[in-house]
Amino acid sequence: MESRFFHYFVFQSAFSMSAKTQPLETLQDIKQMMERSSRFISLSGLSGVAAGCCALVGAWFAYDIIYGSDRSYSTGHNRYKGDYGTDLTTGNEISLSEFMGNRLFQIAVLTFLAALILAFLFTYLRSKKTNTPLWGNQAKRLMFNVAIPMIVGGIYLWKMVQEGIFGLIAPGCLIFYGLALVNAGKYTLKEVRYLGFGQIILGLINLWNIGYGIHFWALGFGVLHIVYGILMWWKYERS
Amino acid sequence: MKNLIENLNKIFDNRIRLGIMSALMANQDISFNELKELMQVTDGNLASHLKPLEESGYVNVQKGFIGKKTNTTYSASPAGISAFKSHLSALEEMIRSTK
Repeated sequence: MESRFFHYFVFQSAFSMSAKTQPLETLQDIKQMMERSSRFISLSGLSGVAAGCCALVGAWFAYDIIYGSDRSYSTGHNRYKGDYGTDLTTGNEISLSEFMGNRLFQIAVLTFLAALILAFLFTYLRSKKTNTPLWGNQAKRLMFNVAIPMIVGGIYLWKMVQEGIFGLIAPGCLIFYGLALVNAGKYTLKEVRYLGFGQIILGLINLWNIGYGIHFWALGFGVLHIVYGILMWWKYERS
Repeated sequence: MKNLIENLNKIFDNRIRLGIMSALMANQDISFNELKELMQVTDGNLASHLKPLEESGYVNVQKGFIGKKTNTTYSASPAGISAFKSHLSALEEMIRSTK
């Protein structure tokens, strides 16, 4: 008799609990599960900060080469220049192998790799913390949708290099990267969209300020990433 | 209040079943293993919660193979989608009534 009463009591209280206090929590659970299952949420704000710092360091080195007072760039560059008498800053014809050997190009590649590795590291750590798989369906979807504008943009800019239109490369990078981020906003933290809009706007302004590419790069890939990263860290990861 | 509670779907009063259905609402289809990772439950536990969802016709099952391994994927059926939506509105009603 006593146990029956006890059962009844437990059943009653559990039932009325779930009915009265839980609808809001239940809705929050549902929202969280929908987000968790469809978006890649492990993207860490610190990844953005790290990538931004890499970009600023890279830009600092590149700035030194382009504007350095000792003009070491022009003498250094002669080694690759051969008899063609071309120069990246004046933007005449240049062969692809020359471009590959160019110090600026090497800095850009190194910067990109360093940023990618650090960004990956912080996101990896975050995925450990939130206990979500790093390489699940969500990550694949994100990568695929980021890759489309990036690869198309890469091919387009590659062609521009071949044509010797160097002035449009910096704005082109910003614009295509921005488009990739706007696309990414559907598959990861939605705030990535705003970072994307920022990059696109900078790229478009840069189109009418050719020659200041390195400044716009530093602003877009450096400052914007850092600002975005700090905001995201503040919003989602600060504990 | 009592009427409002009756509008809630009994099948969804379990956290895991509700989670499965939420995940299926946000995705076209999800494999068994992915569901397991999302819910962080064991094989047996997940299977036992998928069963009532299947039996009530809320969830469609597609059995396939990746190599030699079985790959079972789940998706929300039209009946499941409408049941989930009315469950959501019932929850909404309850929140509204307590204000």
